[in-house]
Amino acid sequence: MTPKSRLYIPQPSARPGEAPDFSYLSLSEAGAVARPDTDVPARDIENMAHELVRVLDDDGIAQGEWNPDLAPAVLLEALRLMLLTRQYDDRMRRMQRQGKISFYMESLGEEAVSIGQGMALETSDMLFPGYRNQGLFILRNTSLVDLMCQCLSNTRDMCKGRQMPIMYHNKKGNLFSISGNLATQYPQAVGWAMASAIKGEEHISASWVGDGSTAEADFHYALTFAAVYHAPVILNVVNNQWAISTFQGFAGGERRPFAARGLGLGIPGIRVDGNDLLAVYAVTRWAAQRARDGGGPTLIEHVTYRGGAHSTSDDPSRYRPKDEWEAFPLGDPVQRLKQHLITNGHWSDEQHAALNQELKETVLAAWKEAISFGTMTEGPKLDVREMFDDVYAEIPEHLKRQRQQLLAIKGISQ
Amino acid sequence: MSQMTMIQAINSALDAVMEKDPTVIILGEDVGYFGGVFRCTDGLQAKYGEHRVIDAPISEGGIIGSAIGIGVNGLRPVAEIQFADYIYPGLDQIVSELARLRYRSGGEFFSPVTIRTPCGGGIRGGQTHSQSPEALFTHISGINTVMPSNPYDAKGLLISAIESDDPVIFFEPKRIYNGPFDGDPDKPSQPWTTHPGGEVPDEYYEIPLGKAALVEEGNELSIITYGTMVHVAQAAVRKAGISADVIDLRTLVPLDIATLKQSVEKTGRCLIAHEASKFCGFGAELAATIQEECFFHLEAPIERVAGWETPYPHAFEWDYFPGQDRVVAGIRNVMESL
Repeated sequence: MTPKSRLYIPQPSARPGEAPDFSYLSLSEAGAVARPDTDVPARDIENMAHELVRVLDDDGIAQGEWNPDLAPAVLLEALRLMLLTRQYDDRMRRMQRQGKISFYMESLGEEAVSIGQGMALETSDMLFPGYRNQGLFILRNTSLVDLMCQCLSNTRDMCKGRQMPIMYHNKKGNLFSISGNLATQYPQAVGWAMASAIKGEEHISASWVGDGSTAEADFHYALTFAAVYHAPVILNVVNNQWAISTFQGFAGGERRPFAARGLGLGIPGIRVDGNDLLAVYAVTRWAAQRARDGGGPTLIEHVTYRGGAHSTSDDPSRYRPKDEWEAFPLGDPVQRLKQHLITNGHWSDEQHAALNQELKETVLAAWKEAISFGTMTEGPKLDVREMFDDVYAEIPEHLKRQRQQLLAIKGISQ
Repeated sequence: MSQMTMIQAINSALDAVMEKDPTVIILGEDVGYFGGVFRCTDGLQAKYGEHRVIDAPISEGGIIGSAIGIGVNGLRPVAEIQFADYIYPGLDQIVSELARLRYRSGGEFFSPVTIRTPCGGGIRGGQTHSQSPEALFTHISGINTVMPSNPYDAKGLLISAIESDDPVIFFEPKRIYNGPFDGDPDKPSQPWTTHPGGEVPDEYYEIPLGKAALVEEGNELSIITYGTMVHVAQAAVRKAGISADVIDLRTLVPLDIATLKQSVEKTGRCLIAHEASKFCGFGAELAATIQEECFFHLEAPIERVAGWETPYPHAFEWDYFPGQDRVVAGIRNVMESL
């Protein structure tokens, strides 16, 4: 007898040298998905976990009930922030290539998620970012110099030289410390939201993971706790199709969308065009309102594409077609918002090019300022004594001793 | 002052600290309506409400992960992990998150979580309800590790742990929840009323972390131990008929090196006893520390008495447990060495 059971190994739709194929992506027309009231029972909107909320159509026209009707000035600010994020990423990626920083991760192609969501939330809402949410930091006025100094581990590094590049935080900006361990921030965000509800405050929290990290236990802990306690939290899955070299099928995304992961717990799931800033903004406002009104959590899947490498340590040409992003049916979030603004008469190619140039210069000026606080090889250095601070609230005796030992070895007077 | 079991003392500590500080909340499996499988949180939900004593899903990683977020949002969570044997799903949240949040954020974020968890054997718990995993946590920079040996210490140490802005893993040796245990399973159970540590003030008090207790004073040998083994060591000293310091560490991290050093320099001989397996157990760190600090005072090799390097077996519980005979044999060894 031949055994009927055979191990199934998911296969991406295209490998290097093959034509990109996104036929697996289920798409809805812009404006096709209805916008329910925010107090709708989760079971009545299970379709939203499978369909795709889109506002901008292929011609850049806003369609349907999810159109948030944002003023042109707000949209222009969103465009500016996305472009600034992209310029920042471009500079930092190149600085890594030149050996100025040890590592970098860009968010190319995913800018609308951070900018659209950040704009839709209140500044008093607490954000638990993943590692590709630099847009949230830029949006919440973390200075570019501070972000760069973190990546440089220099004398102005907010992390005091303790974290790899991109592991930012901004306490005043209500942006939690980024961890290098995946999805750990998810149950923490739920806990933060639980505390907000315990205290009777109206602040909500939000967190982000990638499609790959939904396979972590923390993802499921978070969904369970959020559902059980009706925690006022927005849980986001940024489905950029790739977890380093494994496509989203390796996290179980082939048969059911990630937005449907919460349905079994009664958590509404919304699948949204993650490259459509208007749609991202609109579904986030919806989920935030629902959470503030006591309706509990929402799980949002942002369908997008990782335009760049996973990190500067990665080479995607080894596992996916080089031109895959160009074939992605949801395009580039910057181009789509730009097209919308031009179509509506609020923007032009000339203005866009001028803004891009201006932002490029802003980023360069910030870089010059950042390196004046030191780089890995030149300039001022962090005081090695600080290595022993902040392990505990007060430095315990054993660490004071170890600090003395190190200073003696280095010949530094105590 | 009242007579209390360790369970009542822990309950009293939680009550006292919740009364004083409205930001303290409890989260864990069965801790709320039911009052905990060991009754440590009995009556607290009725007194402080469902928003402060919260029953949790069976999800240790979720309990610890959400407790971290609760702590970041200004509350002071006390998470209960029903058995230390169940703590492993939460290990990543403890090691990678809780312990390092302050450090990684340049001192800007922290979460003052206390994790209470019953540990140790001697209750017919087999390999999944008897473990003593304290050494795993002492290896992690950024958390403190505590294990009391009597009700009085349990209350004072737990209050200090909860009040501390640093995370604490608070191990409760469950064999001595209801009475001291000298390692002889054939003897009738003793109540805490027979032990001075069963006298517990009703009010709020703290015992600082990082201070060992000299529970027995002598001059021939220093026995360093903690938890249930404190009582076993005291019985073994009497059985061996020697004069020994018995040091109850109470806090493993931070470690009270000064007290250990003072004792070993006086006696010149040292025996370390714990219930956990010997290899890379906390005794290995203690032996290394004594060797570094007191080498020229030592008159004999440091002796370790510990659990065997097997899982904790159900049928052979008392063969696994390092009882009086093994401690006495260890005492003879260290006393006879030239």
